Amino acid sequence: MSGLLETPTRPVPPSERHAQGAPRHRLVASPAAWLVWGAVVFFFVNLAGIVGSVLVSSFGTRWFGTWLPEGFTTDWYGSAWEDFNLLQVVLVTLQVSLLVVLLSVLIGAPAAYVLARRAFPGKRLLMLLFLLPVLMPPITYGIPLATVLYKYGLAGSVSGVVIANLVPSVPFVILTMTPFIEQINPTIESAARMCGASTRALFSRILAPLLVPGILAAAIIVLVRTVGMFELTFLTAGPTSQTLVVKLFTAMSAAGIRAQQGVDAMAVIYTTTMLVLLVVALRYVNPTQLVARVREAPED
Amino acid sequence: MTSGGVATGRLAVRHRLAERGIDRQLWLLLPALAFIGVLFLYPFLYGLGLSFQPAEGGFLASYQAFFTDPYQVGTVWNTLRLALPAALINVLAAVPIAHRMRGRFRGKRVLTTLLVVPITLGTVLTAQGLLNYLGPTGWFNRILLSTGLVDDPVRLTNNYWGVLFSLVITGFPFAFLLILAYLSGIDPTLERAAATLGADWRQRFRRITLPLLAPGLATTFCLTFVLAFSVFPSAILVGNPAGETRVISIAAYQAAYERFDFSLASAIAMVMAAVELGVIALVLLWRSTLYKGSTGGKG
Repeated sequence: MSGLLETPTRPVPPSERHAQGAPRHRLVASPAAWLVWGAVVFFFVNLAGIVGSVLVSSFGTRWFGTWLPEGFTTDWYGSAWEDFNLLQVVLVTLQVSLLVVLLSVLIGAPAAYVLARRAFPGKRLLMLLFLLPVLMPPITYGIPLATVLYKYGLAGSVSGVVIANLVPSVPFVILTMTPFIEQINPTIESAARMCGASTRALFSRILAPLLVPGILAAAIIVLVRTVGMFELTFLTAGPTSQTLVVKLFTAMSAAGIRAQQGVDAMAVIYTTTMLVLLVVALRYVNPTQLVARVREAPED
Repeated sequence: MTSGGVATGRLAVRHRLAERGIDRQLWLLLPALAFIGVLFLYPFLYGLGLSFQPAEGGFLASYQAFFTDPYQVGTVWNTLRLALPAALINVLAAVPIAHRMRGRFRGKRVLTTLLVVPITLGTVLTAQGLLNYLGPTGWFNRILLSTGLVDDPVRLTNNYWGVLFSLVITGFPFAFLLILAYLSGIDPTLERAAATLGADWRQRFRRITLPLLAPGLATTFCLTFVLAFSVFPSAILVGNPAGETRVISIAAYQAAYERFDFSLASAIAMVMAAVELGVIALVLLWRSTLYKGSTGGKG
């Protein structure tokens, strides 16, 4: 598809031509290009089918063995909202994710600063330690963690869910913010020190303003991850502390009791929320930058 | 006098520590360190200890119970059978697409966003969509039936394939983003130099791009493998959780929350961690034999 767009029939703007160095001129896309774009199109067609079928079903009345439902209605959204007590679920989801974001930034940012700026004995080991919770499947530490939380009576409440979700979030903030802090010129800090700034003033007046983009990036990724995090919330949540994903899963695995379309409607609500979050995230976060951290992250 | 001596002594110690990079600024690490210690290491070690304290039998009884029951041991194979192909497909599909996306063309941003959108679907909508779309009366089978390609509906849900599709859909965006980043970190002039020397695109890819990309491929494989290995909701929703897609996390979950045998559950969790870290260690070992120098690019 877009491989064709590389043809020179469209005049290349001077700025673009300059940035690319030498513009590529190709009259016909190669067979390999056709194959790749064909695969992409096939992927999207099926993806559209998957998303579309849920969307159509959530607006449909009765749908059995036909191409389209018999009629269309928006009733499922209203009844899903009522049946699943979604207002409370959405409030809990908001509460949990905002608390997780706030706490993980507060705990993670100072550590990220030290890891970005300083060299000290045992730094490698510490990096590995911070990497482990991201590398391990949530179930492996989630089950022991839930057991411990139950032992101390914390599981089943919103605070238990927040604590469990912090475990992968804090390392994530550290891993995301370290490259951001490395980009800030250390001479700025030295200059502030020379002018007599204390450590606290240094953080609040010099570093914090410079770090706002990094904090925002980390916060948004943690937010998206927490809203989407299933396993840890599922293992630690009680009936009143379920987030949207967990509610969705329990509603769907108990299918048959309620109409399928109600679950479809709830899934659409969930995906719309996530889509808004992702679009906001992509405005602030450059995915390429995000990934740069992973390069040095694991191993030796 | 003595107090002055102590003070200078303390100062000297502090000075010597500072020379080795240890000073008061390291206190900033404390919250994160304490957090990881209390909420990750302690529960993990607690679980490890719990796995050696079964309700009855010797200290290895939980592991014995897991490894002697073919229904339980089979879950390791079930998980690997899903996670390895899913991670491989994601990485191998992402390479050519990301390779095509390197240049500048109109609509690149839109296309990138579209490729990343499946992240937002979440496991449940993906599962629901797969059941609706690929099910016996879904659009996919209707198209196949009406074009006469098949006589009976193809069975793609509630079995191995449904879970594999779900893992590919949710894992691909991550693999794609990572590989796009690695590829754009490779200096394009290297390839142009090779082209000047008469290398065709196949040679350029094999001799220039691939060696520089390989470490990135290994890392991407590890990360998508981690995602796929912890498959849990989709194995229940679109798979056959009692049979061929009874993955290891289901076994751990059932042991903990259906049989309330926390020792067995912890033992399964430990086996799960060991298998996963084993695969990652193998990949990283292979990665350490690769060229890891500068890619000459901006990255």
